[in-house]
Amino acid sequence: MGLPDAAGDLSSEMEVDAFRRLFPLRFHERHLAESIRPDGRPVGGARDTSLALGAVGSSDGSALAKIGSTTMLAAVKMEVMTPLSESPEEGCIAIEFHMPPICSPLVRPGRPADAAPVVAKQLNDTIVSSGMINLKELSLVSGKAAWMAYLDIYCLDADGALFDAALLSAVAALSHLRIPQVSLNDDGRVVVVSEEGEEKIDREPVNKEKRKLNLTNIPFSLTCVLHKGYILADPTAEEESIMGTLVTVALDSSDQLVSLYKPGGPVLAHTSVLKDCVELTKKRTVELQKILAEAISDMDLE
Amino acid sequence: MEVDRADGRTANQLRPLACSRNVLNRAHGSASWSQGDTKVLAAVYGPKAGTKKNENPEKACIEVIWRTKSGQNGKAEKEYEMILKRTLQSICVLTVYPNTTTSIIIQVVHDDGALLPCAVNAACAALTDAGIPLKHLAVAICCCVADGGYVMLDPTMLEEQNMKAFAYLVFPNATMCVLSDAATLVDGEPKEHGVITSVTHGAMAVDEYLLCLERGRAATAKLSDFLRRSLQSQVPSGQLESA
Repeated sequence: MGLPDAAGDLSSEMEVDAFRRLFPLRFHERHLAESIRPDGRPVGGARDTSLALGAVGSSDGSALAKIGSTTMLAAVKMEVMTPLSESPEEGCIAIEFHMPPICSPLVRPGRPADAAPVVAKQLNDTIVSSGMINLKELSLVSGKAAWMAYLDIYCLDADGALFDAALLSAVAALSHLRIPQVSLNDDGRVVVVSEEGEEKIDREPVNKEKRKLNLTNIPFSLTCVLHKGYILADPTAEEESIMGTLVTVALDSSDQLVSLYKPGGPVLAHTSVLKDCVELTKKRTVELQKILAEAISDMDLE
Repeated sequence: MEVDRADGRTANQLRPLACSRNVLNRAHGSASWSQGDTKVLAAVYGPKAGTKKNENPEKACIEVIWRTKSGQNGKAEKEYEMILKRTLQSICVLTVYPNTTTSIIIQVVHDDGALLPCAVNAACAALTDAGIPLKHLAVAICCCVADGGYVMLDPTMLEEQNMKAFAYLVFPNATMCVLSDAATLVDGEPKEHGVITSVTHGAMAVDEYLLCLERGRAATAKLSDFLRRSLQSQVPSGQLESA
């Protein structure tokens, strides 16, 4: 390896932690040369991923997703609204992404994080592009009432690959979603039927069968860092900040490309590299589908 | 394949381009760039002393301020600012003026599709006008995928909304180099084939995306010639002689 300057000579006698702080790039390149990452993963391997549904009792659907130590909490709240006049048959979904100061030392109280609106926009684009939710399913009474789904995602710990974890938690919260039962009262207004509700049994709920959304083409994503010909899957925050070229690929269940997102960065992505990223994402998508299916079946057992 | 476009263009035809430099009096560098009815004005101020918080003071810092035609900045504008900032960071030589900030202000004059590519091209021309050291220029293009799987270049706003997917792509321009072509290859591909930035909307097959890349590259070669020509022609002849 070509290590021309003092760092190469120092590395043999310096404490590992000190070397990591002083020469972060060299520290990572040393690992990459041995085809391993500082946390013991292979170069193309993602961190352990876990998913728990129903983490927030007061919401209509929720999920907690963890990829390594990156943690996202997503919750859906349903409200009845009057549909827009352009689309009387459709409901609406509003996606928000929050990064409170607890998630990272870079986020200061009182000042919103720069990354938050960008991730929110990316999530919105991906969920809309994939056509995962049929907005017609959110309609209650044509032209009169439809559901407005508020999907809020909170980042509890930001340790890299924010978009991947946020998308996973969002998808899981939407698949956990149970739409509340509503009925029409005498004035033709929509009222929520309470779950216990013995007093209002006389009214037939308008959405007795449609309690769950039918999700098709669920998208999953993988973020990779490009550095000198290496493709590092699922980077940590440290890796993201040291090697600045990120590529996020999102594929849906029928292997359609929903998003290929590369916002600049010092490394140019050639066709072969992009193809490799897509291949890695295909493998990851299979893993994530399995994790989501397991989380749903665990939920049904309870 | 024959395609019907509302304005009678062929699938690979771009809208009329126009670029003028040094359009603003007070800015250190400025440019306006238009593609058909989409027009963007870019101004560059800097390098100014000091960097912002959370930026590396050992390097020059790039700041992008996006102004919409009217109204407040929303999430989309924040995203554009971030993408443009990272794109420009990758083409600027950041080590020349450490601990400085260069501001690029993008003012949208009119949006008729392919807004982000237009802004990238405008910003590039403005940076050149301001004399900020650049490694190479960046040229941006919007490719749009129609239902039959064919690709159309530089869509208007209406085409962007009606097509199933579109991609904004940014490539480096071909640098003029004394080395032989083979010496500048990166992994067997010329450098100008590498993607600096890619943003996609809508779902498409992976092969359709690769087709977009191929068409985009061919078109950016033309765009890069246009950019180079328009930058050269506007240098006053006196400056060339004294240089």
